[in-house]
Amino acid sequence: MEVLLEIQNLSVSFTQYERGLRRRTVWGIRDLSLTIRPGEIVAAVGASGSGKSLLAHGILGLLPYNSHMAGEIRWLGEPLTPRRLKTLRGREIALVPQGVTYLDPLMKVGPQIRHGWRDAAARVRSRDALGRYGLGPETEGRYPFELSGGMARRVLLAAAVFSPPKLVIADEPTPGLDARAAARMMGHFRELAQGGAGVLFITHDLELALTVADRVAVLYGGETVEEAQAEDFAAERLRHPYTKALWRALPGNGFLPLDGTQPPPAGGWTGCRFAPRCPHCRPECKKEEVIPYRPWAGGRVRCLNPEGGEEP
Amino acid sequence: MGGWIPWIGKKLLRGTLLLLGVSVVTFTLMTCSPLDPVQANVGQAALGSMSGEQLDRLEAHWGKNTPPVQRYLSWLSDFVRGDMGISLRYRQPVRQVMGQRLANSLWLLAAAWVLSGLLGGALGVIAGACRGRLPDRLIRGICLALSSTPGFWLGLLLVLIFGVWLRVLPVGFSAPIGAESAGITLLQRLRHGILPAAALSLTGAADIALHTREKMADVMESYFIRFALARGASIPAAVLRHGLRNVALPGLTLQFACLGELLGGSVLVEQVFSYPGMGQAAVAAGLGSDLPLLMAITVVSAALVFGGNLTADVLCGLVDPRIRRGGILP
Repeated sequence: MEVLLEIQNLSVSFTQYERGLRRRTVWGIRDLSLTIRPGEIVAAVGASGSGKSLLAHGILGLLPYNSHMAGEIRWLGEPLTPRRLKTLRGREIALVPQGVTYLDPLMKVGPQIRHGWRDAAARVRSRDALGRYGLGPETEGRYPFELSGGMARRVLLAAAVFSPPKLVIADEPTPGLDARAAARMMGHFRELAQGGAGVLFITHDLELALTVADRVAVLYGGETVEEAQAEDFAAERLRHPYTKALWRALPGNGFLPLDGTQPPPAGGWTGCRFAPRCPHCRPECKKEEVIPYRPWAGGRVRCLNPEGGEEP
Repeated sequence: MGGWIPWIGKKLLRGTLLLLGVSVVTFTLMTCSPLDPVQANVGQAALGSMSGEQLDRLEAHWGKNTPPVQRYLSWLSDFVRGDMGISLRYRQPVRQVMGQRLANSLWLLAAAWVLSGLLGGALGVIAGACRGRLPDRLIRGICLALSSTPGFWLGLLLVLIFGVWLRVLPVGFSAPIGAESAGITLLQRLRHGILPAAALSLTGAADIALHTREKMADVMESYFIRFALARGASIPAAVLRHGLRNVALPGLTLQFACLGELLGGSVLVEQVFSYPGMGQAAVAAGLGSDLPLLMAITVVSAALVFGGNLTADVLCGLVDPRIRRGGILP
């Protein structure tokens, strides 16, 4: 099957100034790889600080000016250059952001969805987009402060599908929603995928991600540590100890918390980021420069002694 | 909209209290200062040649021996009825002096107000939209230099350049020296207003530009601008569509709030250009212990500043949909 978006060895670093003029480079993401195919929902799951929002902004080319991006992003097989990205943003690649703060507080919903288009066809399209998410045409005349949290999310969805996208990047689209509203959002993403779009669903909520995703990429401390099929979780065919800990921390699977905290973005590191919290950590885990991210048992893992499979 | 009338009522009540307070403070300060109304009225030389009886009558006329509280109350009761008293220095009713001075100043202030708003707003938006880059650093540098320059010094500089070296504009006054007031043309008045207006608006524009720049920079960092960019808008398009709209509200407040600074600046600038406006009258009244005139100027200036802020609040309420439709009054 053709690949919609292919991210290879993506790194995002920031230049920070410490006291005086001493400069320091801090890595927000290091060596991240991910692919998304049409009609597929890929969840990127990680705690805050794992680099998942940087991933969304990196794909969209909206990183802050003091950042530096390395690695390769390919769109339909061709490198995604800044110039190409300009023509794709808002047309073929759509962002579904977190909430109402992403809407201009002083502009009515209708013109915001149409973002500059004023002709009659655009009006029809924006009404259709709202109608698709159960919002009537009167919504167009409302200001963002007149929307409820759930309505705001649906308006943002309508904005995303105003120009039919091939890739939808949903950056934490559910915080603050109750379980039913969140489930409805998941249904909308499933619908978009069934329509042929690829969906990158960025979230900290593994349980929610598993209700809808085909594949799950787990981020930890700026690295992808595992890529698994959604069904691998229930079958406990997991490869990385962090993923296992995440799974076991869910209320239905033991509710076992993991001690320690995720390391903050750093100026570079050697070895496994998870080593201090890992129950199976061995001396070589801390010595290896970069732990390779390698295919393993039908998925991928960044671990020197993963479980559930043999060296291929 | 049921909240509007009590809201305005409350604001007006507060304004009245403010004006009362300002007049009390001014009166107290002036009473505590070693002023002699009789001397201010007739001058030092005439004072010496007067007989004791004449002096007593003058002192009685100006109420020198009346207790201050009683004097204040009688001033207040006259003032609210529209009688501002008689200027000791100009020997004319204060109302007449104020009328002339205010008319002279009003054009100067209005021109400086509009110019500083337009110039400052435009520069601020450009700097904020290009934050961190060359245009921003250039504009910020110039504005910081300008806003740390005292208005009167800038006025002197302008006089030096345009009035003395280049000789293209008059060095002062609101009309040519020696001209009959009936024969002064509008063009002459305008030519005399250019330099004071420039001095006033340049410092004002710098402050407005710096404030607008901060607001604009905040707006540019906002989520909704980022979302607009993510949806394919170019930076200029995002600025035009969302930036201006969101910077306009604080801009409006700022524009009206800066009336006070403008009035303050006019005192010094008018002095430099010998421009016969309210600012100059304020200096003359202060130095000449002209209590009635100073009281009137202070109260009217305070009323202007208060009116500016009230207008800003009302306009914001009309423009901001969150207030207009949400009913949340500031």
